[in-house]
Amino acid sequence: MIPEPRGAIAEDLSPGAKPESPQSGARFLALKIAAGLVGWAVLYASLPGLSKWVAAHIVPGPRETHLASAVEFFLYEAPKVLLLLTLVVFGVGVIRSYFTPERTRAILAGKSEAAGNGLAAALGIVTPFCSCSAIPLFIGFLTAGVPLGVTFSFLIAAPMVNEVALALLFGLFGWKVAALYLGTGLSIAIVAGWVIGKLRMEEHVEPWVYQMHLTDHGPAEGAVSWDGRVRHGLEAVKDIVGKVWPYLLAGIAVGAGIHGWVPENFMASIMGKGAWWSVPLAVVIGVPMYSNAAGIIPVVHALLEKGAALGTVLAFMMSVIALSLPEMIILRRVLRPVLIGAFVGIVSLGIVVVGYLFNWLI
Amino acid sequence: MIHIEVLGPGCSKCQVLYQRADEAAKALGIEYEITKVTDIERIIGYGIMSTPALVVNGTVKLVGRVPSAEQLRVFLS
Repeated sequence: MIPEPRGAIAEDLSPGAKPESPQSGARFLALKIAAGLVGWAVLYASLPGLSKWVAAHIVPGPRETHLASAVEFFLYEAPKVLLLLTLVVFGVGVIRSYFTPERTRAILAGKSEAAGNGLAAALGIVTPFCSCSAIPLFIGFLTAGVPLGVTFSFLIAAPMVNEVALALLFGLFGWKVAALYLGTGLSIAIVAGWVIGKLRMEEHVEPWVYQMHLTDHGPAEGAVSWDGRVRHGLEAVKDIVGKVWPYLLAGIAVGAGIHGWVPENFMASIMGKGAWWSVPLAVVIGVPMYSNAAGIIPVVHALLEKGAALGTVLAFMMSVIALSLPEMIILRRVLRPVLIGAFVGIVSLGIVVVGYLFNWLI
Repeated sequence: MIHIEVLGPGCSKCQVLYQRADEAAKALGIEYEITKVTDIERIIGYGIMSTPALVVNGTVKLVGRVPSAEQLRVFLS
């Protein structure tokens, strides 16, 4: 769970949401979306040429110098990643308008373990989630009859497999790596949640949690029009990209520096495939750290270029994003230390396994 | 007099909602009382699972995001 803003659906209960005349309203909206997408595609396609051209004007001279190389990297990667991020956040924002924590809870309540874990992990990706509401959400789930293990699957997947990480991975490493991250992230969430469920650790949840009465004054869900959904998408972009872009640029700048100045294969000795201890070490270092995906992935990208092994680097990234010290402190309000320890231990183990797997397979 | 409650454990969104709700109520010129609720048990009591949330006179009006000033004025009137 990370303090990363998530596009949350608006439970808008203001009476009389304007009904639009169906035909013209929908057509106009479709036109707007199409125009936006075309504009996006044009910008994206022009990036390679444009970035080289601008770089050549800012840093004239031979293309292979450290500075020229770094500047070119930055001018290409920064807008590219920002564009990708905007598109993905928008798309996910629209998808998220279909989901609410209340609906997810209703779906998961009383589900049996294995199926529930899978469903919970998948829902964790698309349900709007903010780490500040982790506690109310956790309690809300438990008191509605969602099993502990299933709730954990949700809580592991939600921050780890987030759209920012996926967009960046896709933009910087290609769809295969993004897909692998998605797959392994889900697997860790499902397996870890399932294991925690099997360990029967319900008694390690603070007792007052189960005594809470969830009087459901919760807002009823009004129907959301397509216009509303697009609005959610756009709000998500404003919200998330608006918050994350400084970290992103900083990360890409560091990446550009590494790209321009660090010699090839420099990282191979400490983070390369040969160093077997690098995976557990990366996880141990990563767990207490917190960073949002935007800042760390570009750095990871540059490290990879210099010879770090993919598995080690991804394991580091996952442990930074999925677990953190601030999160453990928040969780202490509802979980006893034993359960927190089990949670951290099992997820870390999963990440280490994934790290080794990546190193071995790729 | 309307009672406004802003629910949330204290992240930035909750602060923003509080400020905006305060401003909106002032702009409407109505008599109001606004409080920030950070206590988890009370937040759960409203059936809320995503913060920030806006409660007006005991009814939950908005959950999970910070609304615009216009939307706030609708909620408060």
